[in-house]
Amino acid sequence: MAVSSRPSLFAIPGAIARALLRAVLNGVELPMRALQNALGVPRIGWVFVAPNLVILGLFTFLPIVIDFYYAFTGGVQLYPSQRPFTGLDNLETLFECGSYLDPSSCRKDLFWRSVYNTAWFALFQVALMVLFSLITALVLNRRILGRGFFRGVFFYPVLLSPVVVALIWKWVLQREGLLNAILQNAGGTGVMWLNEPIWAFFWSVFVSIWAHMGFYTLILLAGLQAIPADLYEAAEMDSASPWRRFYRITFPLLMPNLLVVLVLALIRAVQIFDEIFVLTGGGPGSATTFIVQFIYQTAFAESIRLYGLAAAASLVLACALLVLTLLQLRISRRASEPTPGRDHG
Amino acid sequence: MDRLARMLTATRGRGRFDWTDWVTYAYLMLGLVLMFGPVLWLVASSFKTAAALNEFPPRLLPYGQSVVAVPGRAEALPLFRVKLPDGTTREMVELRRIGIEATMADPKRPDEEIKVNIRDRERVREFHLATENYTEIFGKFNFARFLWNSVFITVIATLITLLFNAMAAFALSKYRFEGRKWVFLLILSTLMIPPTIILVPNFLVVSELGLLNSPWGVIWPAVATPTGVFLLRQYMLTIPDELIDAARMDHASEWRIFWRIILPLSAPALAVLAIFSVMWRWNDFLWPLIVLSRTENFTLQLALNAFQGELTTQWHYLLAMTVMTLLPVTLVFAFLQKYITTGIASSGVK
Repeated sequence: MAVSSRPSLFAIPGAIARALLRAVLNGVELPMRALQNALGVPRIGWVFVAPNLVILGLFTFLPIVIDFYYAFTGGVQLYPSQRPFTGLDNLETLFECGSYLDPSSCRKDLFWRSVYNTAWFALFQVALMVLFSLITALVLNRRILGRGFFRGVFFYPVLLSPVVVALIWKWVLQREGLLNAILQNAGGTGVMWLNEPIWAFFWSVFVSIWAHMGFYTLILLAGLQAIPADLYEAAEMDSASPWRRFYRITFPLLMPNLLVVLVLALIRAVQIFDEIFVLTGGGPGSATTFIVQFIYQTAFAESIRLYGLAAAASLVLACALLVLTLLQLRISRRASEPTPGRDHG
Repeated sequence: MDRLARMLTATRGRGRFDWTDWVTYAYLMLGLVLMFGPVLWLVASSFKTAAALNEFPPRLLPYGQSVVAVPGRAEALPLFRVKLPDGTTREMVELRRIGIEATMADPKRPDEEIKVNIRDRERVREFHLATENYTEIFGKFNFARFLWNSVFITVIATLITLLFNAMAAFALSKYRFEGRKWVFLLILSTLMIPPTIILVPNFLVVSELGLLNSPWGVIWPAVATPTGVFLLRQYMLTIPDELIDAARMDHASEWRIFWRIILPLSAPALAVLAIFSVMWRWNDFLWPLIVLSRTENFTLQLALNAFQGELTTQWHYLLAMTVMTLLPVTLVFAFLQKYITTGIASSGVK
């Protein structure tokens, strides 16, 4: 009689996975051994880094070069050889302005509107983001009941996709949505939140803070918890006032983290796109159109696709980001810990 | 001012519950409502029927119109509480309605029709979870297809990310080949090049490779992450070289060393990167929006976006789809919160 082995739901998928892993090991080992014999041991390292370098070369370094090519050529063709060289035309088109303070006097008024919108957005969003994540981190650092739970509460939206975030708030803010219902219940009148420029801008700032605050709170919380407790004890011995303790101990020791948060938030605010695009579509009018949306629209959403113009705008954005990133590198070197801040990888 | 500062600086409670604690808990409660409220509202709304969603002011819980099957009618009819001219109230079904005048009847005797002014009646409601919102999205909108696209991209991209980044991290932490430092710097320098500034040329590269409208057009550009290489390298540096030397004594090939020693020992770092990668790819929006233009290739995020932009948004389906999209992330969060938060706090990556 055959004795049946322990039945398991995962027995078959597990066996397949193991077979696959073994196949990868054996299938790759022979050629790798040949390469190892040919190259020698330290140089085999090149083979290990090769896949990464090929991908980065194809999808990051090569595109940078092509970006410049696009920016200096015109026409509506995607293929580089079919694009006529136009020199600085694209940049001039972007920068042709009656007055830089007045977007409507510019040839590409939408570009300048998006630049100004982005600047205002970054200013408000980053300032409020740093403020609220600091307050939240300080509150979470107190001895409170259920700290883990509340940390999770503030962090949860960070994991949600931008589209989901936008839809959650669109549903709350719509004409017959929850917010208007609450307002009317309290005796107020409903507002078309996303149809009025000021409100749409306000909610763009609010929703993006709502979605990302938990991330920065976490960084600050880690900074707060790294401050040695005996500093506070010593200060207490010297009967330093709590306020003094905050701005003599907490604030200076948290400064590196605050700077990191500030610059990371800036870099990401300048590139804001996903949530706002789904929430407002850039409207009403162009009230919430930001630079990345301008690039996206110019290159991919119009019937006439001006790749050159979009690439030129990308270069302008790249310059702004380069300055911010160098700032970040300086700061994080001083903070002696690298903090790569990307949300795409 | 002192009190405020004490609230800001205190790290140890004193066993008293003074007003700063009240402020703290008030803030936390406000945070709870603001952070979870909208999500819960979305989930509650997703169980309402289309008719219930159109009501204003909305109800908190999903109450639907009661319907009753009536002999001789194919469809169940909506039930109302009608105030009759003689002052009594009866529950009746609506047979048809013209303007403000409805033709109603007792459900048991549908032939005795009465004309009723619609102001003299109110709907009969019952608690009803409109689970049909969830079942119908699979039939009506090819939801399974979008789900599959998202899962495919997320899983495959994560596996390749783990493999490629681990290989690079292994070479950069365990070999002293010439140019090693430059390679590491080169990989890290891509941190400075966010995807948003190379959209146009990347579109060209992907289309030249014939990857437009293919999930691989989303997967390949995403698999070499400087973040992942950095994270794994830092971890692999802590693995003692003696293990590798011992394996070499036994004539193990370098690939076998990588596969059988380094990878298993790096499991904790790989797990962190896997969680990140799953979140990145599941939530990706802008790049898939550019690469995938055919509906059958849409990921969940793209499907949601396309669906919400339609002229007459069918919110009852859209809400159900949104809940389905946030569900996996929420489950991951519920079970792995500790790992995610410590991973982010220690690496500064998101």
